[in-house]
Amino acid sequence: MIPLYWFLVLSAFLFSLGLFAVITRRNTIAILMGIELMLNAANINLLSFWRYLHAPRGDMDGLIFALIVFVVAAAEVAVGLGLIVSAYRRRRTVVANELDLLKG
Amino acid sequence: MFNIHPLIWLIPLPPLLGFLLIVLFTRRSHRASHSVALAGAGLSFVGSMVVFIKAVTAGGVADSSFAASINWLPTGASWLRIGVLVDPLTAVMLFFVAWTVLMIFIYSIGYHNFGQPIGKQDRPGLPPQGAEITEAGKIHRVPSVEPMYARFFALLSLFAFAMYLLVVSDNLLTLYIGWEIMGFCSYFLIGFWYGKESARKAGIKAFITTRIGDVFMLLGMVALYSVTGTLNFHEIFSNPETMTLLTSTLSPVLGLNWAGLIGLLLFCGTIGKSAQFPLHVWLPDAMEGPTPVSAMIHAATMVSAGVYLSARMFPLMSAGWHHGAPLTVPMMAMALIGGFTALFTSTIALAQNDIKRVLAYSTISQLGYMIAALGIGAFTAAVFHLVTHAFFKALLFLGSGSVIHGMEHGALHTGRHIDAQDMRHMGGLRKKMPVTFWTFLAGGLALSGFPLITAGFWSKDEILSGAFGGGHLALFIVLAVTALLTAFYTARQITLVFLSKPRSDAAAYAHETKPVMTVPLVVLALFAVTFGWVGIPHAFPGLGAISPAWFQSFVGSMLSPGSVSEVHSNIPLVVSILVSLGGLLLGWLVYRGYESALEPDPLQKRFGGVFRLLEHKYWIDELYQKVVINPLLWLADRVIYQFIDLRLIDGFLHGLAAAGVWLGNLLRSKFDLPVVNGAGDNLAGGTRGLGAFLRRLQTGRVQQYLAIAVACTAVAALIILSYLAKAQAGSG
Amino acid sequence: MTGMQIVFLINAAVTVIAGVMMVTVKRLMHAAMWLILTLFGVAVVFGLLEASFFAIVQVVVYIGAIAILLVFAIMLTRDAVDDSFLQNHRWVLTALIGAVALSGLLLAIFTWPQSALFTAPLADAQRDVGEMGLSLLDPQGYLIPFEVSSILLLAALIGAVHVGISRREEER
Repeated sequence: MIPLYWFLVLSAFLFSLGLFAVITRRNTIAILMGIELMLNAANINLLSFWRYLHAPRGDMDGLIFALIVFVVAAAEVAVGLGLIVSAYRRRRTVVANELDLLKG
Repeated sequence: MFNIHPLIWLIPLPPLLGFLLIVLFTRRSHRASHSVALAGAGLSFVGSMVVFIKAVTAGGVADSSFAASINWLPTGASWLRIGVLVDPLTAVMLFFVAWTVLMIFIYSIGYHNFGQPIGKQDRPGLPPQGAEITEAGKIHRVPSVEPMYARFFALLSLFAFAMYLLVVSDNLLTLYIGWEIMGFCSYFLIGFWYGKESARKAGIKAFITTRIGDVFMLLGMVALYSVTGTLNFHEIFSNPETMTLLTSTLSPVLGLNWAGLIGLLLFCGTIGKSAQFPLHVWLPDAMEGPTPVSAMIHAATMVSAGVYLSARMFPLMSAGWHHGAPLTVPMMAMALIGGFTALFTSTIALAQNDIKRVLAYSTISQLGYMIAALGIGAFTAAVFHLVTHAFFKALLFLGSGSVIHGMEHGALHTGRHIDAQDMRHMGGLRKKMPVTFWTFLAGGLALSGFPLITAGFWSKDEILSGAFGGGHLALFIVLAVTALLTAFYTARQITLVFLSKPRSDAAAYAHETKPVMTVPLVVLALFAVTFGWVGIPHAFPGLGAISPAWFQSFVGSMLSPGSVSEVHSNIPLVVSILVSLGGLLLGWLVYRGYESALEPDPLQKRFGGVFRLLEHKYWIDELYQKVVINPLLWLADRVIYQFIDLRLIDGFLHGLAAAGVWLGNLLRSKFDLPVVNGAGDNLAGGTRGLGAFLRRLQTGRVQQYLAIAVACTAVAALIILSYLAKAQAGSG
Repeated sequence: MTGMQIVFLINAAVTVIAGVMMVTVKRLMHAAMWLILTLFGVAVVFGLLEASFFAIVQVVVYIGAIAILLVFAIMLTRDAVDDSFLQNHRWVLTALIGAVALSGLLLAIFTWPQSALFTAPLADAQRDVGEMGLSLLDPQGYLIPFEVSSILLLAALIGAVHVGISRREEER
């Protein structure tokens, strides 16, 4: 059968890809996509650990955790996209580097 | 029946609430202020009456007193308890305090000219000077309203609260609290017109003089508490062991037993509060206050509190004494001081011209009467006289206030400034002020003990017969002479004020005061006449047979049988009637021919030197000034101020200050500037430089931040992992 | 090598390749399409983990809602970014960071001594979804996290409306 670490390696790859997107993409929407990818990688981890370590014992912590991650992801996308559209309306840009009001 | 105890707790509270309300909210409005004060006094009055009626009816306090108490202060292992107590003594106190206080509140509204216009020249701290109003083209001068009207009612309410508190307390400590609040209010009310220097001085004098007594009283309380462990009256008096302990143990002072020492110390409080010799000097000066204050302090409440304390502590004062035995030391002191004060001050009253001062000395004299009666064990007679005296003396003070008011009105009318309190300027007011005259007459007759119909006769007769029956012949003679003098100066006063012809324009134009002032007079006059009838002794020829002698049996129920000393014989009765009628007749005869204010006093013609002595009150004030106050002032000025304060303490302080400045300069130049300031400056500069450097990192680009964060996390993770691996390798 | 392992490997390869395409393509709309494919791959992984409920939720929430929302946002802001331009900046450095992170994670996985122990899930571990639903509403179970996350959702809903609402004075 499939060993646990196969899932972990896959999740590590997806996480690194998401991180790359978040750091390097110019467009804020693409950054948001990268964040979604990282969240998915985390969810794979949660569910696989649950499957291998917790499910035999009968508790459901991992499942509930993953469920909450779904909720957070949905909320995050809703607010994030709202912010992006709002910023776009004010400044006509969605490029992260141009949104630098906090520059010291 | 409902439970009476909560009501007793509530009696003192309404005036206190009234005080707070007036001070906090209604002080701008005259009408609201006196309404609040009246409501407070009225509620307390109703509560007192209910308690009184409950107390005197069957199943009342004659059998067992109403008492309740709560824990108040934790004192180590036990609690200091405070509570209320209503026994026969408290019940009769409540009765007359409630009546007189209510009457005085009502009277004050009129006395302070409520509803009159505001005077142009009136200033807070000075008596109202009168206002001018224009009516039908003519300018009238009319009395003006008191500028500090609300303040007066606030203080009066606080005063009433303190008195009620004192009366219903079941222990010495809360009694003392009420006692001191009264002292405070008395100071403020005597100095109410603080714009007058004499009023200020009188206030301070009253405060300091009574304080001398209070200090001794506090010492007595401390001694009592340390010996018995309680200040509760009931616990002390009804516990035979405590009483035995107090009487059988010697105190470290003068070979007295504890009961004697504590009794003497507490009696010192009475001396101060009830203005007994040698601390009597404050009371005549206290006449500087408004007349309702004089009535309140010097008749109904504060001075009564002193006698009340002595009566309350009577079981302690008389511990070990029974009828016929030699007097205990405190009783002896009370008899001596009371008798002396009674005679001494009644002679002074003979030669006073100020209408209120005569009454003030008369008050001291009558208080001396009560103290003397307590001293010889005539407990019920003393309490009886306390009650009747409160009624007729409040009546006399309020009546004199009414007279003064009428005179001031006359003085305003004529526009000529005279002393409205000097009896030599009065005369003939009987027709001008009939209500005041008749009520004042009732009070005066009661004071002089006019036979049969007045309250004063019955109570005074009780005291005289107590003195005679107890075998204290010297005291009996002193008190009889005092009664004669009392009747004499009362007749003098009534004759000078009300009879014959007006001796000044002001008296000629005086007119009767308003009903708000005369109605309280009538009510008090009723009591001044009738209250004596509740205490007609059984032994009185004729009337005694039908008299229930209610007062004697009611108040007497507090004492154990055998400690009451009222043996009746007809000698004191005859003497009492003789001195009263004789004094009155003599006074009238001597003074009826006094025609003009410029004439010398008839007594002065006959006994010039003695009269001068009396007129100057035996130069007691001057003596105190020379012997006590001047040396103290000299000590305070020369020794304490100029030597100790200026030389020693100031010199030390200046030296200390100079040393401090020198040390400060040293620290500043050697430590502050180079070390502290240098460090501070460098720190600030360093922070600024660091900030300028770090500012460049703040690009505002989130992705850079994240990259840096990830890089740092990676480095940290690497370090941690390698460390863990090494640890694992080490342990494995 | 069992059938399950083969399925996993193929699926993993597809998912990772789709992910790589997602982070490198120039056109944002294409990136979104690659993202959808990646999310499908993750759903399959969930299925392999015998969490079929989550596989379905993944499809419904991520692909059905989030990805579509992203597509809408891309279309709304279309004129702001020139698609022909390079979408990544300093990507060599960033790729280095990503590689470091990946190697760190892999190092952590493979140095974990127990990683080889869990080779096969125990049989008969299929959980009843109903049981999870009950435990979500059980005060002894996960009622409080459930309620807190529902409040979070509500707050996000209101916040998004507030942020996204068009105010006239803000319009240029």
